[in-house]
This record gives sequence, C-alpha cells and structure tokens, in this order.
Amino acid sequence: MADEKTVIFPVEATHIMMFRRSIGDYSVPDTGRETAAAPPTFPRAVAQFDPDYHLRIRPGVEWFGSGKSPSGVKGTPPSSGGLHAEQHFEFIRPVRPGDVLTVTEKLGKTWEKESKRAGKLIFTERVVEYRDPQGELVCVSRGVSVKTERPVDQK
Amino acid sequence: MKASQISVGDTFEDVLVKDLKRTQLVMYAGTSGDYNPLHTDDVYCREAAGYPGVFAHGMLTMGMTGRVVTDRFGAENVKKYGVRFTNQVWPGDDLTGKAVVEAIREENGETLVDLAITTTNQKGDVVLTGYATARAEK
Repeated sequence: MADEKTVIFPVEATHIMMFRRSIGDYSVPDTGRETAAAPPTFPRAVAQFDPDYHLRIRPGVEWFGSGKSPSGVKGTPPSSGGLHAEQHFEFIRPVRPGDVLTVTEKLGKTWEKESKRAGKLIFTERVVEYRDPQGELVCVSRGVSVKTERPVDQK
Repeated sequence: MKASQISVGDTFEDVLVKDLKRTQLVMYAGTSGDYNPLHTDDVYCREAAGYPGVFAHGMLTMGMTGRVVTDRFGAENVKKYGVRFTNQVWPGDDLTGKAVVEAIREENGETLVDLAITTTNQKGDVVLTGYATARAEK
C-alpha cells in the first residue's frame, strides 16, 4: 500500500441508512432520505470508494477467501489482513448526506510488541483526513492495525 | 441531552445486541466495505486462518457502542470518539455498552461532556475500552 493516497467520498443518505441498520441504529427514520448527521464511525466506509481497497474482491486480483478451497491464495498468512487494534475520530463538524469529501490517508508510525496470546505483533498507524470541497477539515481519524505472528489464542 | 441533566459520575448503559448474528456481520461488511473473510467466511476462518469461526469487525463493535453516545447526545454533537479493541466479539455474544461522565466543561462557548466507555460481553469480558466527547445542549 502506498504511503499516501487520496479518494473522493460522496456521502449519500441511502449509504448512511444501510450503515445505520448494520450497527443497529434506528434513531433516525429508516427512509434513506434523511439529512441527519452520519454516525461517528461512518467515515471509515470511505473504503467503498477506494479503488484499491485490499479487503474487497477486485478484478484481476486473487481473493484470499474460500471457494473450492479454504483460501483462494496459496500460502496465505494465518491472519491475513491483520486485526484492528485502535480507532479514533475527531470531528470539526459532523458528516452529512450531500458532503463530497476528499479523503487523504497517510501512513503513520509502526512498532512491534511481544504478546503471549499471538506472538510477535506488528502495529501500523494510519491517519486519515476528511476535507470538504473548500479544503476545510471535517474529520480526522487515526487507526492502528496489528499483524499477528499466529492467530490470537482463545481462552 | 441538556447540560443541566448531566452530572459527573452519571452512567449510561445499553444492551447493544443479544445473540449477535452472523448476518449482522455480513450487513456490516456490506455497508462499511470491509469484506475481510475473517468476518464473513467460516470456512476460511477455520481451515485457512486458524480461528474457530468468523468474528465481528472491531468497527461493528465500535459502531454499536457509539449508540450509547449518539442516542443521548445526537450524532451531530459527537466531537471525539476513540477506542481500543481488547477482545474479539463472536456470533452469539451479548454486548452491553457503558458510558460514564468523567467531566463537564466549557470550551469556546460550548458545554462538552467527556465520557469513559466500555463494552462487555455476556461473560463480563471487556471487548472495547474508549472515550468520547460530546456537546450538550445549554
């Protein structure tokens, strides 16, 4: 993945409606025509607009999920794609239907740690800025993902 | 929520989900765009990834937990929301989200409420810890 990339994120009412349903949020009428602010974790759904997002089936790229065999990719690491360790959002203003956000993701720090439950852990931080067409900052998010040496032991 | 209705130490608690269904994980994959098979593909999990089965996106747990804040303050009033994922969430889990008022303060003419957040499963294991800051009505 590149150290920095920019994606345009058109924020649509129907997308927010479906997102609300998926997190069990029925605080807003379920019409897909509402203008209410999106839930605070919605900005991560920008993944839908990233042409190279690695956790979606893409033309010409082998998918690591199951089909005829348990994984479509030989030699897949046991916890392919890593796990999510932390996520933070800070809002200058809410995200609303009709926003067209320019989203820039930058690679942040990386660090390692030893864990009893999953072996060596490699943490990677990504900082994402969401700006309106005037260049004004709307939201900043910071995510930390972790690649584990082996699947996390279940107690 | 009005600032006058809130005191430091107040606790807000909601049952977020009972008996989490695999279909909910599929719904979240579809809306978020995170189609990682770890969350939707039992065969991949068991036979390729070494997990007992699919487990929830951390962001699904964070999204459900956010309702404890947004149901009371409104999504438009959330200024900050951050979490650490401390344990995996599995189909069948019951989750309860809790937010404790840690501070009420004035900043740039707004009344802000700082909340400490935890989500626990049916065994009492903490699956998420975090914080939020929300604007309260005058």
